[in-house]
Amino acid sequence: MIRFSQVSLTYPHATRPTLDSVDLSIDEGELCLVVGQTGVGKSTLLGAINGLVPHFTGGTLSGRVTVNGRDTSTHPPRELADLIGVVGQDPLAGFVTDTVEEELAYAMEQLAIAPAVMRKRVEETLDLLGIADLRNRPIRSLSGGQQQRVAIGSVLTAHPRVLVLDEPTSALDPTASEEVLAAITRLVHDLGVTVVIAEHRLERVLQYADRVISVQSDGRVVSGPPGQILATSSVAPPVVRLGRLAGWSPLPLSVRDARRVAADLRIELKKISAGPAPVASPTSASSPTSASSPTVLASTALVASKLTVRYEEVVAVARVDVELLSGEIVALMGRNGSGKSSLLWALQGAGARDGGSVTVQGKDPSTLPPSQARGLVGLVPQTPTDLLYLATVQAECTQADLDAEQPAGTCAQILQRIVAGIDPLTHPRDLSEGQKLALVLAIQLCASPSVVLLDEPTRGLDYTAKEHLTQLLQELAARGHAIVVSTHDVEFVASTADRVMVIAAGEIVADGPTAEVVVASPAFAPQVAKILSPEPWLTVEDVASALRSAP
Amino acid sequence: MQLAPDRPGFVAQPSAKSRRLPRDLHPGAWWIWALGMATAASRTTNPLLLLVILAVVAFVVSARRTQAPWAKGFTAYLWFGLLIICSRLAFRLLLDGQYGEHVLFRLPELGLPSLAAGVRIGGAVSLEGLLAAFYDGLRLATLLICLGAANVLANPKRLLKSVPGALHEVGVALTVALTLAPQLVESAQRIRKARKLRGELGRRTRFFSEILVPVMTDALDRSLFLAAAMDSRGYGRTAHVPVKTRRVTGTLVIAGLIGVCIGIYGLLDGSSPWTLGVPMLAVGLVFAGIGFILGGQRVQRSRYRPDLWILNEWAVALSGCAVATVVFVVAVTNPSSLNPSLQPLSWPSLPLLPTLAILIGILPAWVSPPPVRT
Repeated sequence: MIRFSQVSLTYPHATRPTLDSVDLSIDEGELCLVVGQTGVGKSTLLGAINGLVPHFTGGTLSGRVTVNGRDTSTHPPRELADLIGVVGQDPLAGFVTDTVEEELAYAMEQLAIAPAVMRKRVEETLDLLGIADLRNRPIRSLSGGQQQRVAIGSVLTAHPRVLVLDEPTSALDPTASEEVLAAITRLVHDLGVTVVIAEHRLERVLQYADRVISVQSDGRVVSGPPGQILATSSVAPPVVRLGRLAGWSPLPLSVRDARRVAADLRIELKKISAGPAPVASPTSASSPTSASSPTVLASTALVASKLTVRYEEVVAVARVDVELLSGEIVALMGRNGSGKSSLLWALQGAGARDGGSVTVQGKDPSTLPPSQARGLVGLVPQTPTDLLYLATVQAECTQADLDAEQPAGTCAQILQRIVAGIDPLTHPRDLSEGQKLALVLAIQLCASPSVVLLDEPTRGLDYTAKEHLTQLLQELAARGHAIVVSTHDVEFVASTADRVMVIAAGEIVADGPTAEVVVASPAFAPQVAKILSPEPWLTVEDVASALRSAP
Repeated sequence: MQLAPDRPGFVAQPSAKSRRLPRDLHPGAWWIWALGMATAASRTTNPLLLLVILAVVAFVVSARRTQAPWAKGFTAYLWFGLLIICSRLAFRLLLDGQYGEHVLFRLPELGLPSLAAGVRIGGAVSLEGLLAAFYDGLRLATLLICLGAANVLANPKRLLKSVPGALHEVGVALTVALTLAPQLVESAQRIRKARKLRGELGRRTRFFSEILVPVMTDALDRSLFLAAAMDSRGYGRTAHVPVKTRRVTGTLVIAGLIGVCIGIYGLLDGSSPWTLGVPMLAVGLVFAGIGFILGGQRVQRSRYRPDLWILNEWAVALSGCAVATVVFVVAVTNPSSLNPSLQPLSWPSLPLLPTLAILIGILPAWVSPPPVRT
């Protein structure tokens, strides 16, 4: 179906090719997962399938890419629209019309499909993705998950033979992404659609994949059955890492496979946790900060009571009480549109607040001028780049020092500590997602706030970057900062947070230690917990350290 | 067997209003109606007639507007109309107050060099002058509010969707531009909010570098992304048409549209020769029509749920046309009733025929289907 023969792609001004002599053949009805670290060219590979690369992006492509016999060098993307559906990372940026129904029909209109057929397909697609009740809604009023489903629906209506998805679930909560993936697998199995999907959170997609295409950092591409590629891959989901740790063969790819071979491990772990060694108890291993600095935990960093945020008739946050302790990392979870962002912005004081109070160090940040409020509570917003506007990293750092009235070089030092080796003369827009996040975090830390809030920082981060973020947040917590992270990433929560708050329709519905909250819920439980339940283990690291310390 | 109203078991007929199927009227019908009202307004300076037009338009808008985002702006148009009247009066006060003999008061006059002979700043202000300015301002404001009503009642994007195939690309470009404006506002707000997080709003914000540059970069990024998304969804697929046909089509469409523009100008401007009006419009329409039909062959696309044009649409459009036609005819046969005399001053009267004609314009409040409530 899709054939790459000796494809190399070099972007203008690049010193080395992004893709280097790629030979690849994807058969009809395959679900291919493209893996690789951030910035290695996954998006380039996906873009090359329908010719957006290089027709749209520029660059020199040598070799041939053919899809169903059509060569992308002679067929621009629009001539392949009936064959290939493409869904990008940011669904909102790709919408042409303003209501759901019209958006679903748009591609079909361009392909001159008969009106009666269009009517039928729109209805089918609305049902397939479970968005029938949104049909007349303006797209901009939908939540991220709904928008992503509309974006997928809008290409499905054209009945493409190939579906290319670039991180389709990165903005979705666990349940919504399960729904989207279920819809995708249904297309593969029922209609034989070929799907090529790039995803950072492999734990979500791996079990459905027929084949994994691994893009290496030198531009070469390796492809093969998931078990074979993942055995040596530098990126791997918890289930695979647990499998490697326990030496299971063949390597399990789904929770089901792993559970079936994990009986022995469960028994072994049960013996260990029942044993005398307190170091190995799961809870202490999962929260190193509380174990290392119990004294810091005593002081309260932030108290919010009866916090309310409303947008006209919609109540985003309803009389929420929050108490944060110094040195703890709190994860804020909840489905798309449940009020996470509104709560964070209200806590910082820059966002709207319609009632209640926030107290940090005896002061209410919303009554202070912004320059002082950020000294109490620092917020890294969902789009961190909104905070950046200068031409170089160095200039941003200098400006941050001035704003926070810190001695020159403070911000640069913090940045150096967070991520080493960013060229100070780089334009902030040229940084990777992880580096951008680090820069904004450094700018916010410059004002040394006692509370740090991060709104969905894990979006677009690969495993390495997430591990790095975990270490960083734990360091900050150890210094006495109280940290709140809103995220959909359960694996990240399991390895990072001490406490989890779950928010639904503006109210806190669960609040407690990570182990208790996430293990109790099937949607929020990390893979390790699902494999090893009823034993309360959350991460591969916990299991590894327990096994090491065991006799 | 007949059921008596007082017998138990009698089910009252649902009222006519609730029985009507809610749907969105074709945006074109609303535009024709509004243009008809606007044409009527352009023909008269009689403040009473203009107020009747305003009342009719406002009534129809309040009866038939939806809850959609674009339907919220009618009051903005009213305020804008008021602004036009006020600025008109202000200029008259300052620049050329003396127009008639009923001097109300005198402003200090500014001596100008002889070069600017004929221009007067300040001085006497007469009732006639102010009234003339008021009438004129009211007419302009009414015109604007009529067009505003069309914008409020009909989704401008749906109107663009109904453009002929030959204008498809232009239509899409306009649609995207219409989407971009609110997006720019949104990203400006987002970036302003983010600035607050950096604590920079306390000091002087450098608007250009701190707000405008990020907003524009954001907009550029989005447009590139949108262009890529549209391309991969098949936008711009064309059938192959010989170059000669393309050229003929282009010429016809452009000539036709110029003709239509001149025709509309001739219709709206009472002082232009008669031939510039209806005949020009007709010729323009024919040219453009042929061009569109030829050009439409190039674009291969279909339309999802095109807006219906049935009896209701005819009724709404014709009511607008009727208003325009009657007022137009009266303007030719009996212009004095539409333009109250200022010298000598007289009270404006409400002429019967034009008033009745304008009242036809209120019919869409009933003949159009009720809007879909979401």
